[in-house]
Amino acid sequence: MSTVNVRVSVNGEAREDAIEPRLLLIHYLRDVVGLTGSHVGCDTSNCGACTVLLDGESAKSCTVLAVQADGAEVTTIEGMSTDGDLHPLQEAFWSEHGLQCGYCTPGMILMAAADLLARNPDPTEDEIRHGLEGNLCRCTGYHNIVKAVQKAAADGGARPAAEREGVA
Amino acid sequence: MEATTTTGPNRHVGRAIRRKEDPRFITGTGRYVDDLTLTGMLHMAIVRSPEAHARITSIDTSEAAAHPGVVAVYVAEDLPFEGGIPMVWAPPGVEVNAPDHMPLKSGEVKCVGDPVAVVIGSDKYGVVDAAERVIVEYEPKPAVVDPEGALEDGSPLVWEGFGTNKTHEWAVSGGDIDAALAASDVVLEHRIVNHRTAGAAIETRGAFAEWNGHTITLTSSTQIPHITRFILSGVLGIAEDRLRVIAPDVGGGFGSKLNTYGEEALVCAVARKLGRPVKWIETRTENMAYTHHGRDQIAYVTMGARSDGRVTGVRARLICDLGAYFQILTAFIPELGFPVAGGCYAFDAIDLNFTGAFTNKFATDAIRGAGRPEMTHWVEVMMDRLARELDLDPAEVRRRSFIPKEKFPYETPLGIVYDSGDYEGTLDKMLAMLDVEGFRREQAELRAEGTYRGLGYSTYTEVCGLAPSRAVGPQGVGLQAAFYESATVRVHPTGSATVYSGASPHGQGHDTTFAQIAADRLGLDPEVVDVIHGDTNTGPFGKNTYGSRSLAVGGEAIAIAAERVQEKAKRICAALLEAAPDDIELADGTFRVLGQPDKSMAMAEIAGAAYIPPQELPTEIEPGLEETAFYDPENFVFPFGAHACVVEVDADTGKVRVVRWIAVDDCGRAVNPALIDGQVHGGVVHGIGQALYEQVVYDADGQLVTGSFVDYALPTAAELPSFETDRQETPSPVNSLGVKGVGEAGTIAASPAVLNAVVDALRPLGVDYIDMPLTPMRVWQAIEASTRGVAPAGDPPPDSEGGR
Ligand code: FES
Ligand code: FES
Repeated sequence: MSTVNVRVSVNGEAREDAIEPRLLLIHYLRDVVGLTGSHVGCDTSNCGACTVLLDGESAKSCTVLAVQADGAEVTTIEGMSTDGDLHPLQEAFWSEHGLQCGYCTPGMILMAAADLLARNPDPTEDEIRHGLEGNLCRCTGYHNIVKAVQKAAADGGARPAAEREGVA
Repeated sequence: MEATTTTGPNRHVGRAIRRKEDPRFITGTGRYVDDLTLTGMLHMAIVRSPEAHARITSIDTSEAAAHPGVVAVYVAEDLPFEGGIPMVWAPPGVEVNAPDHMPLKSGEVKCVGDPVAVVIGSDKYGVVDAAERVIVEYEPKPAVVDPEGALEDGSPLVWEGFGTNKTHEWAVSGGDIDAALAASDVVLEHRIVNHRTAGAAIETRGAFAEWNGHTITLTSSTQIPHITRFILSGVLGIAEDRLRVIAPDVGGGFGSKLNTYGEEALVCAVARKLGRPVKWIETRTENMAYTHHGRDQIAYVTMGARSDGRVTGVRARLICDLGAYFQILTAFIPELGFPVAGGCYAFDAIDLNFTGAFTNKFATDAIRGAGRPEMTHWVEVMMDRLARELDLDPAEVRRRSFIPKEKFPYETPLGIVYDSGDYEGTLDKMLAMLDVEGFRREQAELRAEGTYRGLGYSTYTEVCGLAPSRAVGPQGVGLQAAFYESATVRVHPTGSATVYSGASPHGQGHDTTFAQIAADRLGLDPEVVDVIHGDTNTGPFGKNTYGSRSLAVGGEAIAIAAERVQEKAKRICAALLEAAPDDIELADGTFRVLGQPDKSMAMAEIAGAAYIPPQELPTEIEPGLEETAFYDPENFVFPFGAHACVVEVDADTGKVRVVRWIAVDDCGRAVNPALIDGQVHGGVVHGIGQALYEQVVYDADGQLVTGSFVDYALPTAAELPSFETDRQETPSPVNSLGVKGVGEAGTIAASPAVLNAVVDALRPLGVDYIDMPLTPMRVWQAIEASTRGVAPAGDPPPDSEGGR
């Protein structure tokens, strides 16, 4: 098995790993880096449980080869809070009961962070619902997820903790 | 009947506190089965049948075995088991044809996805590559896919040895159905299909086993660790105490993980054989094919009523497509609906007959609601048909037929005792939120503009709190098990507490609600009460989580154990404060002497004395502060509610959109209102999904058409509205908490409300019924057939892009 080197910054930590060229980014993150907060829920890019940020844009990491992330910055759910300081979306999912089994939650939070609030800090309910269309949740019926995103938007939280440093 | 709690006011029960389990899930530190690794771990991939029905003529594993990193390739003969996965229902006096269901198939395959070989190796991708190199040759046989055709003479047989495709027939009857129908002013007949669906938890199944020379430890994404240990100990031939089963964080179940699966036996057998940890994680494609499906019933219903709308009798003949195998409850699941066959209505007579059919599909079994959504669907669809037939308001027909509030506890013609109910209460509350006149005005205005809006109701009751063992056990309905729940409550010397529960959650929030229940009885804050579950080596013997049972059975067990701890704490407190135990009260979180508020102790002080007894403590008080309780309920509990659905139908495309949903549910006393709402939201969407989008489809050759989330259309946020929910609290007299259950209620309520709403929308076009799922194609075909007299071309093909 031949390997190639990838250099990726994961949640601000620079890494270099020798990997199989066909390794998917989700498996790189989970099995090589050891960050298991991003999940796998399908094999057809439908569920969004694997959603991470790739250079600040949301990406379904089951649909990206790890080598395609070479040189990129990856943010996973583990990078959304620092030292117990939760991201406003994490706080809002908690306070609004936006999760049940929690399996879809990391993907939902990253999707909401990147594609929704980063682009549109004050989305309507309809915009939130369409923004989350690519992320499936079987537990919540989405009602409280929508409320959580609305609350996070009201609390002004669009970006990961690392980027919010120095922001009051 | 009012339920009573024996401890003063609830301080924590009833509050919408945020969940204790959430910090790990929102930070990515939850631990699901695929998040676990062990040194030396191997991966397992499964070679599965692409054929629906075939004889295996040869299996060549040589190329796979030579693949780099492959440690072993096994076929059925290499992995002997004591037996297959058993079905645990043996109804007294009823013959059930139970087929073999071995973890690996030999001889013949009976459905797509049947496992025929396993490949074990060090690399996750490598075992998949190698599995593709296992060469299996099949000689196809005719596939049986239509359950009604399967029961006809001359049908090809799924299991030739039985000489029939009929699995069993089970009947139950109460009252004089013939007399009831004869005395009716109107008798309606209808065929109603409740199609096959999937649980589709976002986490697929997964199983991870290790063997240490003495004990197998199986970590599995399961709802039922204790039951799985019991079943697998038989399959594997290992004593139960030498098999430990752990349910870690589980990413949703919805019944699909209320089972013991062959793959769990396989990882255990392989780990034992190789002496190394073995992990198998199901792909979504495997999940769609070989995690059990649900529903799949055809109901032939005959219902009678008087001219004023009061119902008289109902007869239903149910054809149940059970697939090719029995999982642990397969044949029983349709019958689980029987206790609520009459819904909320005062029928004089009910007559049911269930006939199961083998087909070349995977097994059906429990999916959210398990038998009750099927039963409720046709009851509620028929109530709307009755209203139309009599030209009465559908809410009024329901109201006239409701079992009145003062009749509870109410015994149905089938001998089931509904514990408590106030159906008009939930209906009235729902109607007040809805504003029917406003809706009808708007409906008429929009129709004038060519927009079709419709309103559908569902007033349901369901049976949960599974289960009184005497009623459902071997000498009752015939399940070869008991259904109590257990709890151990331990107060630590520092005054924090741990609750061990036999229930095993997968999203329900047990860590929070169970802590609330215990905290009230211990005089503690829920913050310092931790809940441990899902490990057969920790805590007492449990019966796990399904059938909306965790609160009504598991919660009550915790309440009882915590009350016992409280009693002991009072005795210790009394001894130390020189008072009589009866004079100690727990109020505002402190134990104090009645009438002497200055003489009090906190639980932490009492616990300290329990573990390091001071001289003042009488020696007859045992050290320590923990108690265990097993609770077997005396009856089921019967939540109920009233839902309304408003849809908009695009008559040109057949597309249905749910624009409003009102749910007023009564699940007894509320422990955590936020979690109740969450269950209702998720449950309703599960029912909307079935009604509009979701369907497991096999083609005429038994090929699975919906093998992924591309074809199996789960509802997304974009298709749904926000929900308007409210509650009523009619306590259950069955348990001291007064609680019922709510995990399945929304699903049970939802599908008929959607169907009734669509029919209401399309009445001006002459459409009066459409079988689910109400995909654009089906709705459009129904409109075409009605308005142009063009008959829809049989069963429409599944929309290739899914139901949306
Ligand atoms: S795992 Fe489902 S979209 Fe990536
Ligand atoms: S919380 Fe379970 S899938 Fe979303």
